[in-house]
Formats: sequence, C-alpha cells, structure tokens
Amino acid sequence: MGKILLEMKNITKTFPGVKALDNVNLQVEEGEIHALVGENGAGKSTLMNVLSGIYPYGSYEGDIIYDGEVCEFHKITDSEKKGIVIIHQELALVPQMSIGENMFLGNERGKKNAINWNETYGEADKYLKMVGLSESSRVLIKDIGTGKQQLVEIAKALAKNARLLILDEPTSSLNETDSRALLDLMLEFKKQGMTMIIISHKLNEVVYVADKITVVRDGSTVETIDCHTTEVSEPRIIKGMVGREFTDRFPKRSGVEIGEVNMEVENWTVYHPVYAERKVVDNVNMNVKKGEVVGIYGLMGAGRTELAMSIFGKSYGTGIKGTLKINGKPTVLKNPREAINAKLAYVTEDRKGNGLILSNPIRVNTTLANMKAVCDRGIIDTDKEYKVSVEYKDKLKTKTPSVEQNVGNLSGGNQQKVLLAKWMFTDPDILILDEPTRGIDVGAKYEIYCIINDLVAAGKSVVMISSELPEVIGMSDRIYIMNEGKFVGEMKASEATQENIMACILQSGRGE
Amino acid sequence: MNLKAMDILKKYTMVFALVLVTIFFYWQTGGKILLPQNVNNLISQNAYVFVLSAGMLLCILTGGNIDLAVGSVVCFVGGIGAVMMDKNLNVWFAVVVMIIGGLLVGAWQGFWIAYIKVPPFIATLAGMYAFRGLANVVLQGYAVGIRNETFLKVFGGGENCYVPDFLGGSSLNMTCMVVGIIVVVAYLAMVIVNRIDAKSKGYSVTPLFQELVKFVVIGAVILWIFYKLANYKGIPAALVWIAVVLLAYAYITTRTTMGRYLYAVGGNEKATRLSGIDPRKVYFFAYVNMGLMAGLAGILVAARQVGAQPTFGQGYEMDAIAACFIGGASAYGGEGNVFGMVIGAVLMGVINMGMSIMGIDANYQKVVKGIVVLVAIIFDVLSNKKKK
Repeated sequence: MGKILLEMKNITKTFPGVKALDNVNLQVEEGEIHALVGENGAGKSTLMNVLSGIYPYGSYEGDIIYDGEVCEFHKITDSEKKGIVIIHQELALVPQMSIGENMFLGNERGKKNAINWNETYGEADKYLKMVGLSESSRVLIKDIGTGKQQLVEIAKALAKNARLLILDEPTSSLNETDSRALLDLMLEFKKQGMTMIIISHKLNEVVYVADKITVVRDGSTVETIDCHTTEVSEPRIIKGMVGREFTDRFPKRSGVEIGEVNMEVENWTVYHPVYAERKVVDNVNMNVKKGEVVGIYGLMGAGRTELAMSIFGKSYGTGIKGTLKINGKPTVLKNPREAINAKLAYVTEDRKGNGLILSNPIRVNTTLANMKAVCDRGIIDTDKEYKVSVEYKDKLKTKTPSVEQNVGNLSGGNQQKVLLAKWMFTDPDILILDEPTRGIDVGAKYEIYCIINDLVAAGKSVVMISSELPEVIGMSDRIYIMNEGKFVGEMKASEATQENIMACILQSGRGE
Repeated sequence: MNLKAMDILKKYTMVFALVLVTIFFYWQTGGKILLPQNVNNLISQNAYVFVLSAGMLLCILTGGNIDLAVGSVVCFVGGIGAVMMDKNLNVWFAVVVMIIGGLLVGAWQGFWIAYIKVPPFIATLAGMYAFRGLANVVLQGYAVGIRNETFLKVFGGGENCYVPDFLGGSSLNMTCMVVGIIVVVAYLAMVIVNRIDAKSKGYSVTPLFQELVKFVVIGAVILWIFYKLANYKGIPAALVWIAVVLLAYAYITTRTTMGRYLYAVGGNEKATRLSGIDPRKVYFFAYVNMGLMAGLAGILVAARQVGAQPTFGQGYEMDAIAACFIGGASAYGGEGNVFGMVIGAVLMGVINMGMSIMGIDANYQKVVKGIVVLVAIIFDVLSNKKKK
C-alpha cells in the first residue's frame, strides 16, 4: 500500500433544494490512476469541483486532506498551486490563439507587463514533446484537431506542475484511435509517478487504465473496487452504478391502445453545424405509433437532442439527409413553424436556454408557440390569452400565485410544466420530450409522468429522450438505445433491464 | 405594506427622479422652468426625441440593439423634402417621398442586420456615415429653406404651428382646455370600462384606492400641461404627432403579436425560434420601423427648423438611445416600455432646459447628461444582478 496523496472525508455539498453530495469519502494513493464512475448527475463533477476549489471552502462540509495536510481552497489557483489540476470535459482553449499562448494563459512567462515570448514558446514546445505532440507551439488552436487539442490541455496542465491530474471525460469528443493514444499517455505518466483521477462513462476505458474504481450514485460513494485484488468487469461496475431498487415511481398506464405508425424517420443522418465533417446522427431509423411512449436512451453526447432537433424543422445541424414520414406521407419540415403546423412539438431539455423566456410571465410563455390561436389579425385577445394560460395552469397543477408571475421565479418543476403547457397548447399529435424530468424533484417528476400518460391516453404519440435508465424503462412502451450517433438497439420495455441496455451500449462501443 | 411600497418605488423610480429634478430646477431657476412658454418649448423642441425613441425602443427590445444612423437619416430625409419643396413640387408628394425614403433606409439596414447577421452597431455605424454623406449630396452642401406654409403648419414649424382656437378665448386658449378635459374624461372612461370588464370576467384587479390615486395623478398632470399650453399659444402641432406616435407604439408593444415577438426575441432568441417564430423577420421589422420613425422625425425637424442643412440631426441617435435606457429599457433586450421611454425623454428634456435657463455652459451640460445615462444603466445592471 502506497502513500495516500489525497483524502476527501465526509464531503457534503448542498445546492438550494438538492443535496448533490452526501457524505462522500474518497482516497487516492500516490501514483495511481483512480477512476470515478456513475450516472449523469450522480455527483462526480460536483465532487471534483469541490476538490479544485470551484466551490470554495466553506460552501461544503467535510475535509480535504492533500499530501498530509488539511486544505482550504478558495479558488482554482489555490488548488493549482498545490499541483491539483483539473481538465474539464469542455475544452477551455481560445481557438484564435496559438498553442503556446493558450498553454500559459493566465500563467504568462516573463514579467507582468513584458511577456517573454521566447520562453513561452520554448517551454511550450518542451511540454508538447512530453505529451507526444510534434506541432510547433506557434500553431493556432483552431488549426489542429480535437484529439490534439485534448493533448494541449494536458500539456497545459503539466506546465502548471501538476502532481494530481483530474481528467473529466477526457475522451468524450475523441475517436477511438485518439482515445487509445490518450489512455496510453496516461499509463506513461503513471510510470513517471503522476497521480490521476479520471471521470468517464466509457467503462471499457476505465477498466483499461484504472488501478481503483470508485462508484458514485445519487451523491454518495457506493464502493471502491481495487482492480489488482478483485476481478473487475464491466457488468460488475454497472451493477454498482445502477443498483437501486425499483419502487412505485412510475404511474401505471392501462387501457391505452397503440394505433398505427404516426411518425417515421428513415436513414436520418445529421452533421455537426460547425465541424461539417463530423456525423452527429448516423443513419437512424425509428418510428412512433399513436398512443405509444417511445423512449430514446443514451448517455450525454450520444446525439439524442441533435436527432430530435434536426427532426423538428431542421433546428440543428447541417447536411441533414433522410426521410421523415408523418402519417405515412414523406414530409419536409424546413423550420420550426412548419414542424408545428405538421403537429410536431419539441420540448427542449434546456428549458432556460432554449425553452422559456424567463423575464416574461407564464401567460406570455404559454401562448408563444401558438399566438394565432389567441389573436385576431395581429391583435392579441388578452382575455382569451389569460383564460388559456389559467386553464393550462390548473390542468397541469402548476404552483403559482398567478399566471402573471414571471417564469424565472418558478421552481424547476413548475417551469417544466409551463414549458409543457406551451407545447400542449399547440395541439400536437407527436410530442418529443427531451429530458422532461431533468433537475426536478421526485414529486414533480411523478406529475410529469402522469401528464405523459394523459397525453398518450388522448391518442397522441410521445417520444421521450432520457438518460435516466429507470425512467426510460418505467415509462416507455418501446425503447431505442442510442450511442455515438447511432441507434444500437431496440427493445420492448417489458424485455428491457438496466443491465441489457447498458450492455447494448458497451457492445456497440467495442465494435468500432 | 413596506415591501409593497418598495416595489412601487422601484417600478416608478424614474418618475420620482423626474419629479425631484423638476423641483430642483424650479427652485434654481426661480420657477422659470414651468412658465407656459417653457412647457410648450419642452414639447416642441423634443418632438423628434419622442418619435425617434419610439423606433429605437423596438430595436432595443430585440436585444439591446441600437441604430446609430438615425441622426443622419433625419438629415437625409429632411434634405430630400426641403429640396423637393424648394423646386415647388407638391407638398404631399414630398411628404410621401420622405416617408418612403425613411422606410427604404430602414429596409436596407434591416436586411443586413436580420438576414446577413451584420452586427447592428456596425451596420448602423456604416449607415451613419453613408446617409450623412448622401444628405450632403442632396443638399449640395448648403442650407435649404422651406417656405411651404401647409408643410410648416401641419408639422409644427414656424410661428403659427398651433392647432387653431376654434372656440375663441381672450387670454386662455379654450380649444386647448377643452381638449385637455376630453383627454382626461376619455382616460377615465377607459379605466372604468377596463375595470368593469376585468371584474365581470373574474380577473384580479388592482385595489380601487391604488387605481384612484393613479388616475388622479395622471389626470392632474394632463390637465396641468394643457392649462399651461392654453396660457401660451395652445396645442402645438408637434404634440398631435407625438401623441399619435406614442399611443400607436404603446398599443403595438402591448397588444399586437409583433410587439410580443419583439420582447420574446430580446428575452430568449433561441426559445423564440424554436417556438416557430422567425427572429430574422422580427429584427427586420424593428429596423424598418426605425426607418419610418426616422423619416417622420426628419419631417418634424425640417418643419421646426424651417429648412434643412447638412449638420442637422447630429447626436439625435444618442438622445433617443439615452431616453430608452433612462426609461428602463434593458441593455440586454426584452424589457422596456413606451411609458418609461416617455419619462426618460422628458427627464432628459427637463435637464437640458433647466441647465440652459440656469446658464450652465453647454459643455458641462453634456457631462451631466452623460452621468445621468450612466447612472440609469448602472441601476438596470444592478437590479438584474439581484434577480440572479
């Protein structure tokens, strides 16, 4: 047993209304690669933010003991001084600046008002060599690929004299070869004595590099598996990740008849709007029937939202190819207005960013997507508008003193209801619900599920995108499984288990 | 109750500021600022500010976007009209050409901003140079006078730019007083009808006491203004235009779908697009409308100055922008209204006039104006921060 470099003791972190971390304990030995695994929202990233000082000392409970002393980090630079460097999932590089400039951004070489460029680029080249990059440090970031950008991030971390390197989903935007190269680089660093923490969804990678694996679930550490003493396999980890019991969390749906196919998508391919060569959705085929809830399960970044938005009037992506059939008829929807007219609704996962106008009242938000129903030749009938919004408020049990309340003042669950009301008011036949229960409490979740049941009982079709396995299995009639832009499986909900869905994703990942 | 008082104070901050500033100048100028002639001048001199601000407000609502070109456009349009009338062309033909000229300028800028995504600041900065240049070309670098009596009377220029006194009064302009009373009665009727309607449908209404206070204050202010005007020469023609524009824009922003879209785009453009509304059309509308208002302002200014000259309208864009921001329009878009904008414009007007009467150096006047704008924006930014 080596020396313990980092110990996080009884860490508890609460956000208003949510306990994100509950008494978490983590021990990392010097010179090991320690993996953190868990579902989305389990608390992995929060834990790392506590460690690096993004959530300052005092905003959480518990102790961080690093290199034998208790630490109080107030900001990121505090932890970086001690050699704890975090590399975030989202690359934090400025595309218009050179590799060298990026590497020493905020940490410039030379004097404060006289940057020493020779030293900057000289040092940068040295670190680039360490991560195996042959590019000159004067090359601009935008001119190198994402794989190399990720290596620059690591070189940047090394330049800060990292002793403990934290990598948050380092391979999420990389292809297989680049990922493998990165993992091998990690193993190389380990030989040189570096300590690393890796957060990853890709369990095959975790098994490949990790010495120890800690499983986080619902804000608590469930177990730590030592890969050298126990036989570790992916199913073994999955069991830890999803091992909660099913209770009566989903309202029963009975007597809803599933009718004929309502919407069909054939050979649907979408490219990234900026990096036009990257396929985000790859040859997807799916259909939805009347009265059916179809679940699309996939991890974050699998291309689910992109699929939904590209169907909804080409709101995402470029070079969209494929056929969309509504009630058997091939249809081209050029913009959201045409999609709404074709009786489609897309309820976004990002209700604050893409869904609601927070500075406007419930009344205004409710009618925004279907203004023509409450106005006459461009003049708003305020009475009608008021009535409509009150009706939906009552129907969906939105908790608010009045419909004149600004949406920004509501809780997440009530905001979600306003968003649902807005789209139900457009009288759609097909509703695509993207993460309809993200970030809302259990009670509100149950109410949203009831609304979904009411919708299909009224003969509508629901496509529910979710990264919560129990929810997908509990609510859907049929489930599509999506991974890296492709549909990698389809199963009836009655046949689905958490294990075989996860296995589906893992197999597809290996097949590449 | 205390909390409520705070809310009211916050909602009407600028109104209170206006009252305080007016009292300050009343005291400093020995009451001169509220002489009938000065009240009249406040309205006539600032007609262009109200009109331009109405256009500017719509642009600002779409996301804090401004139009720097309006000053040049005012000059351009005024120049076209002055030259046309100088050549003895029909006055109404000239007016129509001026309005269409404003609309075309708006469409030109709106196209680049909405469909090509040129940042509004840049597109209108280009317009500011280009239309100033064109105005000079039209005027050939000279001042051109307007002698057309009809034009001057209708648009409030020259000496006799007042609504004639049909009723005849010796010292007091009776028509003016009667109109003032009619306006107040109409306002009262509107309030009552609205209240009865809301009650019959079971909607919540503001407490009667609060409504009464509001009515008495607004009614008194209206009557007082008309009384002052009646003591001078009556209703300035410019006031008719201001009233029409302000009422129209109060209606557009609150009761029409396009008005709603302006707020929606400024509040959250992505959500608006996903709601099936094309934000490009909304931006385009805002700038075409700005062109229309610049055209109308060009007409009013040309009439008031009895002609056009190459330096007309310099800095007008800033007056309009300042009025909107002082009046509570958010620099990030999505918030603001016509009432606030009017208060902002009046506040600027009172400060300008008060300082002029006090004989403060024109350069210092600019400093004070600058500080007023900054304070208003700081207020906006801080109150937004608290919400987070």
